Amino acid sequence: MIETLLKELSLAVIDGKQNESISLTNKLFEAGLPAKDILDKGLLPGMEVVGVRFRDNIIFVPQVLISARAMKTSLAILEPLLSKSDAKGVGTIVIGTVKGDVHDIGKNIVAMMLRSSGFTVIDLGIDTKVEKFMETVKKENADIVGMSALLTTTMGYMKVVIDKLKDEGFDVKTMVGGAPISKSFADQIGADGYAKNASDAVKLAKDLISIKA
Amino acid sequence: MKPMLEELKTGKILLSDGAMGTELQRRGLPSGACPEEFNVSHSEIVAEIHQSYIDAGSDIIQSNTFGANRARLKLHGFENRVEEFCTAAVNNIKRCGSSRIYIAGSIGPIGEILEPLGELKLTDAYDIFSEQAKALAAAGADVLFIETMMAAEEIEIAIKASKENTNLPVSASMTFELGKAGLRTMWGVDVPQAVQKITEAGADIIGSNCGKGFDEMIQIIAEMRLLTNKPILAQSNAGIPEWVHGISVYHETPEMIGEKVVKLLELGANIIGGCCGTGPEHIRMMREIINNR
Ligand SMILES: [Zn+2]
Repeated sequence: MIETLLKELSLAVIDGKQNESISLTNKLFEAGLPAKDILDKGLLPGMEVVGVRFRDNIIFVPQVLISARAMKTSLAILEPLLSKSDAKGVGTIVIGTVKGDVHDIGKNIVAMMLRSSGFTVIDLGIDTKVEKFMETVKKENADIVGMSALLTTTMGYMKVVIDKLKDEGFDVKTMVGGAPISKSFADQIGADGYAKNASDAVKLAKDLISIKA
Repeated sequence: MKPMLEELKTGKILLSDGAMGTELQRRGLPSGACPEEFNVSHSEIVAEIHQSYIDAGSDIIQSNTFGANRARLKLHGFENRVEEFCTAAVNNIKRCGSSRIYIAGSIGPIGEILEPLGELKLTDAYDIFSEQAKALAAAGADVLFIETMMAAEEIEIAIKASKENTNLPVSASMTFELGKAGLRTMWGVDVPQAVQKITEAGADIIGSNCGKGFDEMIQIIAEMRLLTNKPILAQSNAGIPEWVHGISVYHETPEMIGEKVVKLLELGANIIGGCCGTGPEHIRMMREIINNR
């Protein structure tokens, strides 16, 4: 019974069925399943499939946004029920699209996948300046800074941020991604990691946390 | 000079220009700066780039207004300077003094997600595009180039706003990527859907720009030509950028793309040119190919 409901919840997230996702979350909770299990065994596996399908060009931005919305509303029900230690998650990431860049679709999807995977994500939005990254890292005691760029005219700003973080002695890992970004670019600007897509970004963030720990 | 659509009807191939963004960068546009503001603060640099394309043989010069819409300019605090930037941008082409070129007003995506998935209201999107289209038309553009679009709803609104608020011909192009599901935009729009949407919305020219390079562009245009009798525009990137010594470098050189340009013309492209990473040398090479046909 619980197993079936969890599977149905994953499917509801995959298909982006918000109402179904809400009612299944409530049902599972009423059946006595801890919030953490509903998250880990129902919602997260669903979002993982969404990430893989997006990576493989089986689904596109609109479908991801619809799934994300279903996930988000269910998560909102669970959040007050998750214990503090569960809610704290695996690590804290400050994420933003660099200064001058306006596309943030890719970054939003990465932020959402990270959040779905248990990270605390502080999304600085678009057009993020280096000062804003530093200020937030300090305030949130973040583990990772994630940067996205979609324009060739703005990707250079990633180096500005990374250099500044290093100069100022921040104990934080950096990861970059976006359409014009490559592994070799990431290496050249001294980033700690490069993610080709949102699925990779989650894996990379986990790796960086384990190195840092 | 005949109106552009009449010229295209005679079967003439028109040559557009190459990149603006990457050329501005080569001339010192700082990472993160607002390229449209350069129309006012560094008009001589913008005009110099236009001139380099005119010298290379372009028939069409695109204004430096890709992001000159209220929503994008707001990120730099310039939301009230749409008209000023659009006017300056068109004037930067005019001051080159060429009487044999068409001035194309470039219109790029708003950069926000439309409702119901996002926050941007359809009516606001329409107003944003209308403001830019009107400003470009008033400044003296001969045609509007709506480009690099990925969402069907957004390109539809951009075309309608342009057609309903100006008397200019409109070209509308989307950016595709080849993946497991074939050629699609990031929003999942395939070539047949794009052609249908763009045609229904009333654009005069249908096209594709940006993307991963000329090989993919050939596939896109081949598919497009089967679906429409309208003039087709093809403006590819010069491949995927790599970062070398602090600047982004594109690897499809003019020599490498020669045969691919011939192929694009054989397939029935009516307007060719370049997007990110292409420069005057790419355009010069295209001019030679067109002249030798
Ligand atoms: Zn481009």
